[in-house]
Amino acid sequence: MTATPTGTASGADTSTATGTASRPARFGLGRTLRLGAARVVYETRVYFRAGDTVFFTFLFPVVLLGIFSVAFQGMGNVGTNPDGSGGISQASYYLPGMIAAGILLSGMQNLGVDIAMERGDGTLKRLAGTPLPVMSYFIGKMGQVLVTSAAQVIILMLLAKLAFGVELPSEPEKWLTFLWVYLLGIVTAAVLGIAISRLPRSGKSAAAVIIPPLLILQFISGVYLSFSLLPEWLQNIASVFPLKWIAQGMRAALLPESFASAETGGSWDLAGVAIVLGIWLVVGLVVCRLTFRWIRKDS
Amino acid sequence: MTSSSAVRVAELRKSYGHFTAVDGVSFEIERGETFALLGPNGAGKSTTVEILEGYRERSGGEVEVLGADPRHASLEWKARIGIVLQQTGESGNVTVREQLTHFAALYPNPRPVDEVLAAVGLEDKAKTRIKSLSGGQRRRVDVALGVIGRPELLFLDEPTTGFDPEARRQFWELIRSLSREGTTIVLTTHYLDEAAQLSDRAAVIAGGRLIDIGPVGELGTADARVPIVQWRDSGVLRRQRTTEPGRFVADLVARDGEVAELEVIRPSLEDIYLGLVEAAGATAASTDPTAGTRPPAESVTGTRVPAESSATTNGARS
Repeated sequence: MTATPTGTASGADTSTATGTASRPARFGLGRTLRLGAARVVYETRVYFRAGDTVFFTFLFPVVLLGIFSVAFQGMGNVGTNPDGSGGISQASYYLPGMIAAGILLSGMQNLGVDIAMERGDGTLKRLAGTPLPVMSYFIGKMGQVLVTSAAQVIILMLLAKLAFGVELPSEPEKWLTFLWVYLLGIVTAAVLGIAISRLPRSGKSAAAVIIPPLLILQFISGVYLSFSLLPEWLQNIASVFPLKWIAQGMRAALLPESFASAETGGSWDLAGVAIVLGIWLVVGLVVCRLTFRWIRKDS
Repeated sequence: MTSSSAVRVAELRKSYGHFTAVDGVSFEIERGETFALLGPNGAGKSTTVEILEGYRERSGGEVEVLGADPRHASLEWKARIGIVLQQTGESGNVTVREQLTHFAALYPNPRPVDEVLAAVGLEDKAKTRIKSLSGGQRRRVDVALGVIGRPELLFLDEPTTGFDPEARRQFWELIRSLSREGTTIVLTTHYLDEAAQLSDRAAVIAGGRLIDIGPVGELGTADARVPIVQWRDSGVLRRQRTTEPGRFVADLVARDGEVAELEVIRPSLEDIYLGLVEAAGATAASTDPTAGTRPPAESVTGTRVPAESSATTNGARS
């Protein structure tokens, strides 16, 4: 039985020649994109089957929006005129913050925990042994984040509009602002999630290592508490991190112009939003490039 | 480098700090061969296999797998190998069929999903989520994922751990059919009967060194494979190693008449293996520089009775 030629596997006879000249087209970019698309479907399916992630990353902001809107309803509108008229409802006021929190959860928390667990439970090791391109894997993760986060934003907006009568903006330029802040925010959050997935030493500790710091970040970034309530030194710390800027960009898109004066600098500072998020995106990409490995090669 | 070999390993070394896990191992595996790597836990066999699979860096030596250095594993190369890892604990929120279909799509020329489902005996579980399967069933999914890409070379790291006897026999049939199709198979296992059933050749690794290699029927020294005749003589259990057990028994019966508890024992692979490992441990302690390549000739194996009651021809024990 020794040294039987491998007749069944295609390409077996030319096997000794691979690795040199002709790289078969079937291992090119087209394949990477096709497998990436297949990963998006697979990842999204798995995401919605895991009950705990669906609750803690997907539904959490939705539940909070409901609670805040109901709980603070009695406090009346926000940003009213001196005579008590005008202003916007509590639901309108909290919607941008909940969308920003959703972006952080669906991007950073979701991927940070998810990839750390995949490293711990052997998923990455198994994939490393297959001809799946690393890029296809990341396309799958990014696609899953975009699909789930877009669904989350739509649910948040529908809840706000249908249950709490929030008026969504009608001006196209507001929606343009929303679109770029959303896309830059979610991509940055996802990249940072991949970057921090190296921090937990084991899959079991992933949630415990990643969730608490992000929760603190949500409290100091003007998501649950109004940013202007925080002392200046805490505002300065929060301003280093991306969430404060995502939330600010979302307020710029979804709140009336009159609210701009309530921001720390007296304006929406969209240039600042773009710059800070852009820096974090580049930092995240560099960290991913330097640290991501399918497996810890010599552990 | 001969390209007819599926795997070539020369003077492979792997150390972690001061600890040497693999210490100068060399062997070749022919295309189409089923090759078993045997050895106690911590002997270095998993490390060796993971270097061949491209999972670990080596500290020294030459490795060639399907004509390439696994250190620079390309996607094309990965498409030609299949890997069944030792143990996995994935969350398993996909059904068996979904998982196989997804992994099949990663390979250029996969086997049909239904064919693989049938081969591992999971047709009934195709729509079950992997997390709801028993340990043995999950292991069969691992094996299915290892073979779905129609690999030329298949690595199996303790594949049948947790299988019941029937599942193990089914698995052996699957491996034999893969072998008939020309697949080269590298098997590490604790079950020596499995190695004896499946493999053409086997290598024994202990203490990071290769202590023997050859066809399964020829492992160990010639002496270690000499059959033993055992019987009870006026209350004392007696043993005799002899290359002519038939003649010996005939003479015995002619002399003493019917003897009690007569048995001809042919040392099993397990006996020979245990003898090899024991001998390697003993010689490693005496720091014999040639210990890694050849087992000492005087190792006695197959002893199933206390040494003091034996009457073997080469009674020396280490």
